[in-house]
Amino acid sequence: MLAFGILAVILLASAIWTVSAKKPVYSVVALLLHFAALAATYLMLNAEFLAVIQLIVYSGAILILFLFVIALLSSGVAPFSVGPNKMPKLAIPAVVLVLVALGAVTVGVAHLVVPVATSTGGSPVGPAGTADVFGSVGDFGKALFTTYLLPFEITALVLMVAVIGVILLAGDRSPYVPSQKQAREVRREMREAIVRGGDR
Amino acid sequence: MRKQLYNVGAILKGLSITFKFMFAKRPTIEYPSVKKQHAPRFHGLHELRRYADGKERCIGCELCSSACPANAITVIGAENSPENRKSPGERHAARYEIDELRCIFCGMCEEACPTDAIVLTPRFEMADYRRGSFIYAKDRLLVPPEAGVGTPPDERPNGIPADLGSVAEVKSTIDITAGYGATHRGEILKTQRRGLAG
Amino acid sequence: MHVPDWIVILIKSAILLLVVVTTFAYAMLAERKVLGWMQLRPGPNRVGPWGLMQPAADAAKLILKEDLTPKTADPLIYRLAPFISLLTAFSVYAIIPFGADSSGAWAIGNVNAGILLLMAITSIGVYGISLGGWASGSKYPLLGSVRATAQMISYELGMSLSFIGVLILAGTTSLDGIVNAQAHQWFIIPQILGFLIYIITAVAETNRVPFDLVEAETELVAGFHTEYSGLRFGLFFIAEYVNMLTVSCIATLLFLGGWNAPFGLAIVPGVVWFIAKVSFFMFFYMWLRATLPRFRYDRLMAFGWKVLLPLATLNLVITAIIVALKG
Repeated sequence: MLAFGILAVILLASAIWTVSAKKPVYSVVALLLHFAALAATYLMLNAEFLAVIQLIVYSGAILILFLFVIALLSSGVAPFSVGPNKMPKLAIPAVVLVLVALGAVTVGVAHLVVPVATSTGGSPVGPAGTADVFGSVGDFGKALFTTYLLPFEITALVLMVAVIGVILLAGDRSPYVPSQKQAREVRREMREAIVRGGDR
Repeated sequence: MRKQLYNVGAILKGLSITFKFMFAKRPTIEYPSVKKQHAPRFHGLHELRRYADGKERCIGCELCSSACPANAITVIGAENSPENRKSPGERHAARYEIDELRCIFCGMCEEACPTDAIVLTPRFEMADYRRGSFIYAKDRLLVPPEAGVGTPPDERPNGIPADLGSVAEVKSTIDITAGYGATHRGEILKTQRRGLAG
Repeated sequence: MHVPDWIVILIKSAILLLVVVTTFAYAMLAERKVLGWMQLRPGPNRVGPWGLMQPAADAAKLILKEDLTPKTADPLIYRLAPFISLLTAFSVYAIIPFGADSSGAWAIGNVNAGILLLMAITSIGVYGISLGGWASGSKYPLLGSVRATAQMISYELGMSLSFIGVLILAGTTSLDGIVNAQAHQWFIIPQILGFLIYIITAVAETNRVPFDLVEAETELVAGFHTEYSGLRFGLFFIAEYVNMLTVSCIATLLFLGGWNAPFGLAIVPGVVWFIAKVSFFMFFYMWLRATLPRFRYDRLMAFGWKVLLPLATLNLVITAIIVALKG
């Protein structure tokens, strides 16, 4: 419980630091701290696999790309050095709304009993997200590729679409290579230019 | 594909070469503890010699100074007085200074000297912290009376004076004495002995 | 007398930390020696007999040097970055097993998802380099850190894929499980392609020659640690060598059978075999450094994405098919 308390404080503090930091790189560092604390929280919930994935995917890949972009864009003078935006007037109602929604979801999930297949073949266990499925890598994999195969494949498809979209956006920027004919033309023009220059 | 295989082969070949070199004989001479063997006629730090009776050989004639291509030698001669004879002749060098930073160690002074007073020893360790320290005057050039007469140029042992420590056995370098044919070496010695006044 | 678990773990960690730091110190000396021999030099031999006190002399030098912070640097992150590097480099050793007896693997923590946690921790290591280069506030470190980021992301993919072949064969993600699965046959034989890919990506992940574009002396002065001096530079230095040791350990555990003795030579204890195998990989690193020139940056990227990644995928697919057919 003490560990959870400490982690919760770190999580909240780093989250606030993330949005309030004046320099974007500080936000990245704060977010990194947040992700690490989040992974530790998952570990405390016996969700080993989720903790590891949190670190590999979010900290190891996504956040480092953020840092990559920020380092390239804001070297020297940071473009956001003026600081984060002033909170708009709608902020407080928005926060209240989000909190209410989150609370509703939490209560709903807690009362919803979803039968989940487990690798042990035992009786279906309680609410979704209990340790039996998220715990070990094997159970997680089995659940992913049997019970949740369709959502998994759909997610893969969505990611694939994103990748194709990126390639289309980045475009084909192959270097300009003149054809033989164009090259001859250019050489002829250059020769003529030299000859003209000689006349002058 | 063939090119890629070739490249892999090239990497393996490079690895094998570096691996072989790991066990090759290293030419390093671990200098401060072991010293390289120099040529017999190696030109190092200068030395002003004496006669067996302790008198200085230098007669202050300034021939070395004028022979010096680097203008490194300053000689100021003075008359010997009967009560204070420094050298056998009429004159001696009151001041004798060599700027070892200017010196190119060519040995022309040695050749020019009519009394074989100035010689180049094989000593070469003269590192110091200040430029001024490299101007060697008589106090450092002259052989101390208790150390004998100094080494004649043609009687040096393998290039390293005994007081300099152990000498490296360098087998891989060229045999440094090979180039000196008997006649040629004799010629050199003859040139050196010319005008010898002792 | 019952000793609480946490005290046992603390003592184990302290011992392991000491061992790793000593290994770092002598790995550095060994590298300088090996490089020297390969370049027909004797290597450091002045401090102590055979140069054995050289690491102590280096440490004293680094500690006594001035710790500079450039005016343009971001002070907080500049000071933080070396610690991130070092922390991630060391924390990996909490889960690496070094040997086993009847009571289980010799590791501080024997994690079920060992190999995944290992990847997770090492993937954070790049932040030290990345943030350090950015926070230095000068152009060479920035270029070095940007390169580091791109290189790490590119080669981590190939590395992870080369692991998965082993995971499929072993059927477990715990490190001692993987080693036990190699009791009869080391995974280097069925996974030779995966092994080669792992070795190449590991060199790239640790920013060593020929993939040391992060600190390419010829172009970037010293890359990401150009501005660092004194002990902070030393921390980056330690992290680099400890990472080297880590990837050597992983290669040993995953492909060379960990502490399993080859040819049934079980008389020699497993830990000795483990150390011997890890030392071989460490030597291999130094050997590569003495042999190969640095990659060009665009070729490095092309090699990672167009050669290693497809090959690793191919290896994965083939392994999966064979394992599926065998049932």
